[in-house]
Amino acid sequence: MLGAQRELCCAGCEAVARTIVAAGFQRYYETRLAPQPGSDLAPPARDLPPAGIYDDAVAQRQFVAAPTEHEREAALILDRIRCAACLWLSEQYLRRVPGVLRVDINYATHRAQVAWDPRRVRLSGILEAIRAIGYDAYPYDPRRQDELERRDRRRALWRLFVAGFGAMQVMMYAFPAYIDDGAGTLTRDAEQLMRWASLVLTAPVMLFSCGPFFSAAWQDLKQGRISLDTPIALGLAAGFAASAWATLAGAGEVYFDSIAMLVFLLLGARYVEMAARQRAARELDHLRRWMPALAWRLRDQGDAASAERLAAHLLAPGDHVLVPAGERVPADGVVMSGASSCDESLLTGESRPVAKRAGAELTGGAVNLEQPLVMRVARAGADTRAAAIARLVERAAAGRPRLVESADRVARALTWLVLAAAALAFLWWLHVAPDRAPWVAVAVLVATCPCALALAAPVVLTRANARLLAGGVALTRSRAVEVLERTTDVVLDKTGTLTTGRFAIAHFVPLASLGADRCFALARAIEASSRHPIARAFRGEGPLPSVSALRNCPGHGVEAIVDGRRVRIGGERFCRELAGEPLPARFAPRPALYTPVFLVDERGWLAAFLLEDQLRADAPELVDALAAHGLRVHLCSGDDPAVVEAVARRLGIDSFVGGATPQDKFAFVAGLQREGRVVAMIGDGLNDAPVLAGADVSVALASGADAAQVQADLVLLGDSLGGISDGFAVARGAMRVIRQNLGWAILYNAVALPAAASGWIGPWEAAVGMAASSLAVVLNALRPLGVTAGRAGVAAPALAAA
Amino acid sequence: MESLYILVPLSVVLVLGIGWVFWRALESGQFDDLERPAHDVLMDDDRPV
Repeated sequence: MLGAQRELCCAGCEAVARTIVAAGFQRYYETRLAPQPGSDLAPPARDLPPAGIYDDAVAQRQFVAAPTEHEREAALILDRIRCAACLWLSEQYLRRVPGVLRVDINYATHRAQVAWDPRRVRLSGILEAIRAIGYDAYPYDPRRQDELERRDRRRALWRLFVAGFGAMQVMMYAFPAYIDDGAGTLTRDAEQLMRWASLVLTAPVMLFSCGPFFSAAWQDLKQGRISLDTPIALGLAAGFAASAWATLAGAGEVYFDSIAMLVFLLLGARYVEMAARQRAARELDHLRRWMPALAWRLRDQGDAASAERLAAHLLAPGDHVLVPAGERVPADGVVMSGASSCDESLLTGESRPVAKRAGAELTGGAVNLEQPLVMRVARAGADTRAAAIARLVERAAAGRPRLVESADRVARALTWLVLAAAALAFLWWLHVAPDRAPWVAVAVLVATCPCALALAAPVVLTRANARLLAGGVALTRSRAVEVLERTTDVVLDKTGTLTTGRFAIAHFVPLASLGADRCFALARAIEASSRHPIARAFRGEGPLPSVSALRNCPGHGVEAIVDGRRVRIGGERFCRELAGEPLPARFAPRPALYTPVFLVDERGWLAAFLLEDQLRADAPELVDALAAHGLRVHLCSGDDPAVVEAVARRLGIDSFVGGATPQDKFAFVAGLQREGRVVAMIGDGLNDAPVLAGADVSVALASGADAAQVQADLVLLGDSLGGISDGFAVARGAMRVIRQNLGWAILYNAVALPAAASGWIGPWEAAVGMAASSLAVVLNALRPLGVTAGRAGVAAPALAAA
Repeated sequence: MESLYILVPLSVVLVLGIGWVFWRALESGQFDDLERPAHDVLMDDDRPV
């Protein structure tokens, strides 16, 4: 390939590479930005429901449109996409699938619109084609979210454009008035003409572009509140009204240019903010599918052949349901027959699979890993445990005290002051010089228009957001920046946060004379075909001995005949049966830090592998960086206390709690909050979600469960933890800039208010002052935010010193 | 100076015209995916028309 011999990690990758090259798409390898990590490339088949279920007419009704008789159209979400080359490849490859009429992939959203001829190809065929090249796709209903988002985006861009072009043109009309030397160069008629032109172009800016400000201010007014939008709307309205009046009357000052520019800057900040938010929301959308849409109900309870498909939410308690291996459990219930193990990590955070046999409880959303199971439904749909957790999260999120932005608080206080001052100045001047009164009032409103204040926070927050997003962190709530800065304590979850949730071999203990290489080869050969998470720890390279008579005993281990010898790998009891002798005393009992896996043959014990949920490589760095920020770090995990203690010791965390249920974690966080601490919770997994919502600010990992992410203030999109400490550094930098801006805006207002009220400066000077103060604030906001590049840990001391 | 009486109203009309063109572009979806064109330059443009 590409004129050279290439090494591939496994047969799966080789098949994918062959497919890609055979279709003539070598270009993919030239244009892609990042190679796919080997372990992820081979799709873990257990996550993928058979594509065939999407051919079902019931399922298709949700997401397939039929524009004509021989044309079907569906929107697909593409998964496992790493860069634009992946999108290009998917699109080109799909176009060559016979029967596919149209493919259009949106590079920004990773969504595809596919049209096909149902006589020549089925939807499952299209999905399988995508899977054949190593990606995944699943249909979704685009009408709900997407259409809304697109309308919002178009509307916002349109408002921004009207304001931007209006501002530019109006500034041109205003220019002659600025440079007029008063010697009659600018005639009265020409000036009046410019003003009328400005009025005509500022009118759409006011009426259309400012819509969001006015409607928000109106909403607040109706509820008797005042917000950041109130002073903006008031200042804009007053400025425009006064300018319009001056134009109509042919006397007084106009400030159309200032108004249009202000609107443009404000809308620009809002647009970037909205784009960042929508992008973050889309990233999360990929993970929103933990309850299966379809289930297999058994018409005849004992007969697996009588299975019929139906939508999962139509299941009723008492139904018997078949759960094929590799599919998700569609409801809560009890296993009636079959033996398998389930991955419940999404629901419990527990990374080890749980053995399931007749009588065992099954939780909806778990993945059945090994053998088909028949279950009796106990609770379905909205009654399931997963749905209940989701509701708990919603309630916790709704009950959280809403922290108001500091800028909003200041602006609110200042707005009252400005309104009062304008009214007082008006009354005073009405008394002294009635003809000057309206202009003084407008000068007060314009000069002290809290636009500098209004720009102070949003621009900085938007930059912080963009800066964090570039570092792989999505900020889902702007106010999190404020809270992050005040944070005193960080509570970390272990499994999936500090650890990868993937097992690795920590120690190898030989129990016989057989060499380590041979033991590993045996273990790898037997585990090679297993889907068990533990088996992943044994993946590696090198030749494998031939294996036959492979037998999988769920919850115990695997048995096989390797080179004529019967060998078992698995738990102690399972292996003792074959070894026929007790575990040698040489294998000293170890604390419950590791999961031991034994290797035996008929003659006795061969070796023990001590497996460990691998610590993320950057976990120590994260803890150090957080400590460098002056934060107290706590470890709070549902895992075995001994394991938690070992992890805490290794990372140098003094405060740790093991064996904690979600309620315990919640209580732990609440306890810290009662002490007056501001707590950031960093977690992963659905069971963390209530805790995440209860903490002052929450950080979730994108690789974890979706519900936690939807509720988290910050979402880590990548696999690196570096973004978290980065987040703290950026938040502190952002808040420092916001404070400077607020200080400047207040100082400016404090000077401008008396000056305008006393009639010392006219509306024209007031407008210049306002524009200058806004510009100063925006320029300050555009400075680097604390961290310019690289690791936050390096920048942290500098920040602390600053 | 008299030319201003033509040129200034003309510039207003021009701005409104440009606004209309932009609106058309927006509604036809040209701004829905701002990332694709950047990548299309790098990829072979062999999309069937």
